[in-house]
Amino acid sequence: MSAWDQALWVAFILLNFLLLGTSRLSVCVRVLSAQGFLLAALPWLSSSAITGHTVVLSAASALLKGLVFPWFFMRALDAAEVRREVEPYVGFGASLFVGLAALGFCVWLARALPHPSAVSNVALPASLFALMTGLFLIVSRKKAITQALAYLVMENGATALGMALLHWEPLVVELGILLDLFAAVFVMGIAVYHINREFDHIDTDRLNYLKD
Amino acid sequence: MADGSMTNVFLAAVLSPLLLGVINRTKAFFAGRKGVPLGQAYYDAAKLLRKGMVLSRTTTPVFWLGPVAGLAAMTSALLFVPLGGLPAAVSFPGDWILLAGLLALARFLTVLSALDTGSSFEGMGASREAFFASLTEPVFLSALAALSLKGGASSLNDLCAFASTLFAENLPAAVLVAAALFIVYLTENARLPVDDPNTHLELTMIHEVMVLDHSGPLFGYVVYGTAVKLWIFGSIVVSVCPLFRAASAPFGVLVALAGLLAVAVLTGVVESVMARLRLLRVPLLIAGAGVSAVVGAILLTGVGR
Repeated sequence: MSAWDQALWVAFILLNFLLLGTSRLSVCVRVLSAQGFLLAALPWLSSSAITGHTVVLSAASALLKGLVFPWFFMRALDAAEVRREVEPYVGFGASLFVGLAALGFCVWLARALPHPSAVSNVALPASLFALMTGLFLIVSRKKAITQALAYLVMENGATALGMALLHWEPLVVELGILLDLFAAVFVMGIAVYHINREFDHIDTDRLNYLKD
Repeated sequence: MADGSMTNVFLAAVLSPLLLGVINRTKAFFAGRKGVPLGQAYYDAAKLLRKGMVLSRTTTPVFWLGPVAGLAAMTSALLFVPLGGLPAAVSFPGDWILLAGLLALARFLTVLSALDTGSSFEGMGASREAFFASLTEPVFLSALAALSLKGGASSLNDLCAFASTLFAENLPAAVLVAAALFIVYLTENARLPVDDPNTHLELTMIHEVMVLDHSGPLFGYVVYGTAVKLWIFGSIVVSVCPLFRAASAPFGVLVALAGLLAVAVLTGVVESVMARLRLLRVPLLIAGAGVSAVVGAILLTGVGR
């Protein structure tokens, strides 16, 4: 594992902390885009050989996660006219501490899990941590847009795990995930826009009152 | 125990007010001004020491304690601080905890003497100072504990030496710990993202407001103590950085001083390009520094290579 490889994984971890600590949604979208590009850069820096498989995966990641999804989210932000996440269930400072605890847990978990020894030491905790961050953001934030973003962060974690285990994972699964994701983001973008147009807000908490 | 030299202590005693001048000059350069003379802090301290002072009738001897014992605690803390390649004057296992204790003592006495005046403004400043300090202290300690956990070193001297070797072998972790220490440096010295040293509005002050009622020699001690504190945290940041450590003795002093100047200039740049954070956002900044320190520790110990 090269030093650059490790630096990228650490940057990936820190970006997750930025997501936990910021209230601005535009910052969250940029973080998401940065994560996409990081994921695209990872296979080039790790020691494994470059094959057609990695090139396709890296290009798809840069294009979809780095450019298309963020652009989609930016549009949704504009359409829904939301700028920041206000009053989440768990505050931003507390979220950072939860993140620290989660990172500790992920390091422990990564040690306990059996995995090929060629996988870099930071890769496994970092990708598990992205999964945890996404999950935590989904349950602790109120806005539909943030929850959709958090879903993507979770997916980034899954992809990162795939990147770490690139040699052992078939391409088909990866591409399947990307396709699923594209459809999901599409649906979420439309749903968020429509919820907003009907109800003047995208606070999912208040959708609970809608009973028939 | 006494394996070090007093060089750092003498240098700090003579040169620490210069750091304030360098920061001010950097800010003046960015603002397109000429700026005050580099030695302004010396002139201020000298002028204040010759003046008489006004003591409010509501104050008690505690009012004296803040500046006097504060300066004493600060200069004793200097004994434990290495500067670049120069070892600290006194070094023993766990001296960094004593260092944190001395700084806390100085702060406690300043807070007491601020409360002693009975001014509501000073009480407000004291409350903020105590709040932020209670957040920065764990960050400072956990950054050093991260180094101690991995390297097994237990004195500030060895910890800094270990940190500087870390840049070659585990760059991300070293950068994270150094970044946490730099934010602690900014916060502890009441520099810009946290507190504006140039503000003239009592409502927004943190550090300045606690010493509003001190005048003459007492305020002179405060000015000088501020400079020494800047030197202490500055030299910790410098010592952690491998760039400013030179082996040979006469050269080592110069390199370390260049490092301190670089940190002062960097502070000036930060103060010129950043706006002050809202008071409510400051804890988030410090929490960020804490995250950086703990992630550094996890990378050092939990993940390994």
